[in-house]
Amino acid sequence: MADKNLLQIHGKFVDYTVENANSHMSFLELLDLLNEQLIKKGEEPVEFDNDCREGICGSCSMVINGIPHGPTKESATCQLHMRHYNDGDTIIVEPFRAKGFPIIKDLVVDRSAFDRIIQAGGYNSVNVGSAPDANSILIPKDKADMAFDFAACIGCGACVAACPNSSASLFTAAKISQLSLLPQGHPERYRRVIRMVEQMEKEGFGDCSNHGECEAVCPKGISIDAISIMRREYFKAMLKNV
Amino acid sequence: MNLDSKIPSGRLQDKWDNYKNNIKLVNPNNKRKHAIIVVGTGLAGASASASLAELGYNVKTFTILDSPRRAHSIAAQGGINAAKNYPNDGDSIWRLFYDTIKGGDYRSREANVYRLAQISSNIIDHCVAQGVPFAREYGGLLDNRSFGGAQLSRTFYARGQTGQQLLLGAYSSLMRQVELKKVTLFNRREMLDLIVIDGKARGILTRNLVTGELERHVGDAVLLCTGGYGNVFYLSTNAKNSNATAAWRCHKKGALFANPCYTQIHPTCIPVSGDYQSKLTLMSESLRNDGRVWVPKKPNDKRHPNEIPEDERDYYLERKYPSFGNLVPRDIASRNAKQVCDEGRGVGDTGLAVYLDFADAIKRLGKDVIKARYGNLFDMYERITGENPYEVPMRIYPAVHYTMGGLWVDYELMSTIPGLFVLGEANFSDHGANRLGASALMQGLADGYFIIPYTLGNYIASNTFNKVDTNSDEFKISEENIRREVKKLLSIKGKKTVLDFHRELGHIMWDYVGMSRNKQGLEKAIKDIQSLKEEFWNNVYVPGDDNNLNKYLEFAGRVADFIELGELMAKRCFT
Repeated sequence: MADKNLLQIHGKFVDYTVENANSHMSFLELLDLLNEQLIKKGEEPVEFDNDCREGICGSCSMVINGIPHGPTKESATCQLHMRHYNDGDTIIVEPFRAKGFPIIKDLVVDRSAFDRIIQAGGYNSVNVGSAPDANSILIPKDKADMAFDFAACIGCGACVAACPNSSASLFTAAKISQLSLLPQGHPERYRRVIRMVEQMEKEGFGDCSNHGECEAVCPKGISIDAISIMRREYFKAMLKNV
Repeated sequence: MNLDSKIPSGRLQDKWDNYKNNIKLVNPNNKRKHAIIVVGTGLAGASASASLAELGYNVKTFTILDSPRRAHSIAAQGGINAAKNYPNDGDSIWRLFYDTIKGGDYRSREANVYRLAQISSNIIDHCVAQGVPFAREYGGLLDNRSFGGAQLSRTFYARGQTGQQLLLGAYSSLMRQVELKKVTLFNRREMLDLIVIDGKARGILTRNLVTGELERHVGDAVLLCTGGYGNVFYLSTNAKNSNATAAWRCHKKGALFANPCYTQIHPTCIPVSGDYQSKLTLMSESLRNDGRVWVPKKPNDKRHPNEIPEDERDYYLERKYPSFGNLVPRDIASRNAKQVCDEGRGVGDTGLAVYLDFADAIKRLGKDVIKARYGNLFDMYERITGENPYEVPMRIYPAVHYTMGGLWVDYELMSTIPGLFVLGEANFSDHGANRLGASALMQGLADGYFIIPYTLGNYIASNTFNKVDTNSDEFKISEENIRREVKKLLSIKGKKTVLDFHRELGHIMWDYVGMSRNKQGLEKAIKDIQSLKEEFWNNVYVPGDDNNLNKYLEFAGRVADFIELGELMAKRCFT
């Protein structure tokens, strides 16, 4: 076990050359091609999490040339295409690195901490069967749109990977902001913010110190305003002594 | 086998009420004595897990992904239908039922579809209570839009990410139950076998995808919520991990498959551009609300689309189907696209595409309105193709999107194996030969939130359950079989990769079991698939070991199952 830990601490970079890449490929298709070439040479392929390949499932978890999800704005790794690179470029690929995201293998990390943050309060406690008619709750369009902007989070963790403190503030705040903007979320708003923030700390994520790197890399362009909403909600909850 | 669909008596309108009024109930204190296994965490699996846990059952929920929130329901774009009639345009339960049945070419089960239409409104209510941010009007009320196959607006939506928002709603309810310790969550697990004891589904065998360990799980019922099998075509709009393995292995244990060859080919996808391509991306059907589909009138017209004058364009859907126009059902739109391309009028480098043009809508409504409606889809298109759809028409072509076929279920959503329930896309019952847009989300959530809580209770209350031991022979034999299969896959060390086989299968399926099929082609497909299967088990190369994360090993098992399923699909096209 000790050896395994040692290996994880050190890790290593390996140089690979991908033959026959073309500019229409997505970045993950480039990795597919690399793996096919490795397998045919009898070498072990590189593991990476991926699923929908259209930027919505949030599985992608790699840092490309130092930037989570790579250079294009508001896109996940799977939406990055090779037309942004030149033939012969060297591209450095690493997994998301954060204490809260232990590495499983190669580029695959464990992000179940995010599930536990949601588990701590990222919901409205409503059982099936008891809801009133949907139009009995009026929500102004701008409020609903703003709630949507925060709800668009795909839970990829790029915000954590980009943050110098490995903070999960943007992820946690996005859910808190969505639910605190909607009247349905109000009954539990204070309890929610306290519990989710506590859980975030327990998982080993750092504090926010306003670097703004999270917003810059977020594939859904979620605004750092979420974090100020979270702070206001947290402050109000403290005053109310929840 | 005698198939009893157990449709309740009475008028169509009364069946679900009659059913609910006459089923057996499980006392609240007894519910916690029953463990229920749910496989999959898409809309059907997450909603079923949450609603059963709310009732008091002990639920064990499994996902192949690292988090339940990533299930492929997340990618559904357009919306969810409900017979609310909020826009006052004449909708009713009957109309939603009628459109769904007609859209499905009269091949779906009427009683199930009527129930679905009845429940549709409750789904919207529940999702709003969960905090799903549906689109709204300035007055604060919910907004609706139109979808294919309907002449009114009954689709609720959250920009182009409705599936994401509904799934995150169901996921949040699921995680609430995890917190309350009513759901035990198993991430990165793949179901590899169903355990049937004394004729009843009583457990599953899973592989821990991180450690490679095989694990035995016992329950009083198993709910299969594992989605569709579109990836049998290799290229589809499904996610890379979407697969048929769990359903196929249940089929091998005796659950009958129904309509396996009913595949939905979605008309509006970004066209294939090369061999390296790993998946196809859907452009939501909602785009057909404002986009106009056309091709040049002349074959092989290579002019830039903006240089082709109006009178040399063929808006073929508007011409042939004036009352539905661009919003014809999906199967009709796809067949017509293929037809004009077969006539040599397709566009783009490959000639396998048609235009979806927003120039008129932008002129009529302004770029800002179009951006507000479809901005994320336009961005997605530009990212993939490098072309700006605000300036040049999109190029689209049909692609495999959804499978209407699936495991046969009765009115209670139970398969031909007692205790094995099948929900959502994995079952066959609600969409006939063609699913209408915005109906998949409706079905997944109806099954999970509002149907299974009743039908599962009836099953639990009507049966007795002997204690099952994980050391029973059934578990042991199953584990031995799976272990042998994994060893075999790793030991072949052939010349072709798993991807090579999957691609080859995909070509056979798309060419001969795709949009148009004939006897000769199908016979060829069956032969080709059989020899592909033979070659797979002698010439596949699976790298790595079975004691840690090994995606290629996972995929090898899935491709082996896809090959068998492909053969079944080709064979069933004949009947």
